[in-house]
Amino acid sequence: MDTINIPVRVSSPIENPVYAFDPGRKQYYSTKILRYIVNSHRDSALRTIGIMSVDIFIPILTYVFGEAQLDGKAAIVSGARLKQEYYGLKPDKHLYLERLFKEVMHELGHTFGLTHCELQHCVMRLSNNVAGIDKKTANFCENHREQLLIKLKELEIQYGE
Amino acid sequence: MASKPSIMIVDDEEIVRTSLSSWLLEDGYDVVSVESGKLALEELKKKNYDLMLVDLKMPEMDGLELMKEVKKSLPDLPIIIMTAFATVDTAVKAIKEGAFDYLMKPFDPEEISITIKKIMRQQMLEQENIYLRKELAKQFQFHQLYSKNKKMQEIFELIKNVAKTDVTILIHGETGTGKELIARAIHAESLRKDRPFFPVSCASLTETLLESELFGHEKGAFTGASSMVKGMFEMADKGTIFLDEIGDISPKLQMDLLRVLETKEIVRIGSTLPIPVDVRVIAATNRDLGKAIAAGTFREDLYYRLNVITIDIPPLREKPEDIPLLIEQLIEKINIETGKSVKRVSEDAMAILMQYRWPGNIRELKNVVERSVVLAKEDIITLHEVGPCVGRNIKDTVSTGDMSLENMERNHIAAVLKNNNRNISTSAQILGIDRTTLYNKIKKYNLEEDKK
Repeated sequence: MDTINIPVRVSSPIENPVYAFDPGRKQYYSTKILRYIVNSHRDSALRTIGIMSVDIFIPILTYVFGEAQLDGKAAIVSGARLKQEYYGLKPDKHLYLERLFKEVMHELGHTFGLTHCELQHCVMRLSNNVAGIDKKTANFCENHREQLLIKLKELEIQYGE
Repeated sequence: MASKPSIMIVDDEEIVRTSLSSWLLEDGYDVVSVESGKLALEELKKKNYDLMLVDLKMPEMDGLELMKEVKKSLPDLPIIIMTAFATVDTAVKAIKEGAFDYLMKPFDPEEISITIKKIMRQQMLEQENIYLRKELAKQFQFHQLYSKNKKMQEIFELIKNVAKTDVTILIHGETGTGKELIARAIHAESLRKDRPFFPVSCASLTETLLESELFGHEKGAFTGASSMVKGMFEMADKGTIFLDEIGDISPKLQMDLLRVLETKEIVRIGSTLPIPVDVRVIAATNRDLGKAIAAGTFREDLYYRLNVITIDIPPLREKPEDIPLLIEQLIEKINIETGKSVKRVSEDAMAILMQYRWPGNIRELKNVVERSVVLAKEDIITLHEVGPCVGRNIKDTVSTGDMSLENMERNHIAAVLKNNNRNISTSAQILGIDRTTLYNKIKKYNLEEDKK
């Protein structure tokens, strides 16, 4: 698994984002939550990523796994559809965490300016379903890794295995 | 596609524009979003787009109206219509009017992703197809001539071999087979290619006019000769002169021409001074000059002077394999001239065009394609456009008892005249022959109005 050698600080949990709830769709509007996270982002941190259990959407799509500011400060990831039980299957915590990790890496990639990848194994490949997430690895392809390194160098951050 | 594919989003709802564009940006597309049809049309003038995502319901100009407008200038630009209130009727209408797909908001991320990828792949294949077809057509192209036919390929080879010498060439072929294009190809392949090429239609001028046209005249040589005028032979010096319908020239001109070919000098009308000229002569005829010699209407010595090399162009009915190729080239040319964007001919229409005997050869084919492109309502030529030009004639051919070529020609001319209220110019144009030829045929086949 790729790691970005950056210290992580876990903030205290935020309240249920009722402000983003859409009663018609019974889902949470991801952009509104992302805006909240962006506002609470502190400059002492390089990036902020919000992880939530509620199902999220953007108006034009029926659901999203996550949303990021492309080349921005923050991103969010929803675990709702990453759990086996969402699909009526037996819970699998290990698989859930693996999927969550991939999606966190994917959305963080976006915040560093990376766009989607055509390569099957790259974590930046767009996944529209969990089968797609399971097929890709948690690693960046060579090209995206290079782009990420350049971006991190710009940010004067050391990157290592 | 080397650069990022670009997508335009047209939706009056800000929330849709932002959420869809940020999602597509993440997917690596170049995205521009606008809030109205009017702005979309302005944006389209600024750069090329690979795809448009258009909302169905918008104030002022709705999605279908916008699509109609866009299709006028960019018929190939794929458009996806999006709507929150999908009904079968609107979906069918959108697809019928040319939408690539019809998607209901909100989209399933999988569905939109697959649809866009499908469009991009199709576009890539279409571009590749166009490129390959052009490359293939080049193989069959010789200057402005296109042919897959073996005989024609041999003619192209022959031209390459003889063009650089100054031998006189006689081109024989039915009306409309492209005799002048062959002559132009010879000129273009010759060492004289940077010098003038002058085509002269010998049948269209009276004897005196043709004489003056070819050799020029001195001031006062005849009534109306108010100044000295150089003839084609002098103007075409170091170039090529193409004498079309050489079989139609008078005995006197035949003699004058023979003298020019032998002495390489001309004498202007009203003068006795010979002027040296360096001109290559290419002559053409649709007549059987052998018969004309036997009948005493064409000089044998001139015939042998002209006929150093003979090029016999097969009529179009003997090379049906060229019909689709020629049609494709003609459509491309006529599209540019008329601003239309016709892409192809429907299969049934093509079958009819392949069966037709083309008495007017390529000229007639050109006229039919020209009319069909102009009349075509969609980007495809159908039987509807082609039928009136050739379809009726096929029926005649099949139902007639007398299947001789002459009888078919007679019936065809009679049918064309009747369909065009005996308008000679229009009928001649449809038949792909000039008016004089048509008059001669009317006389030959006894098709004068009072006699019918």
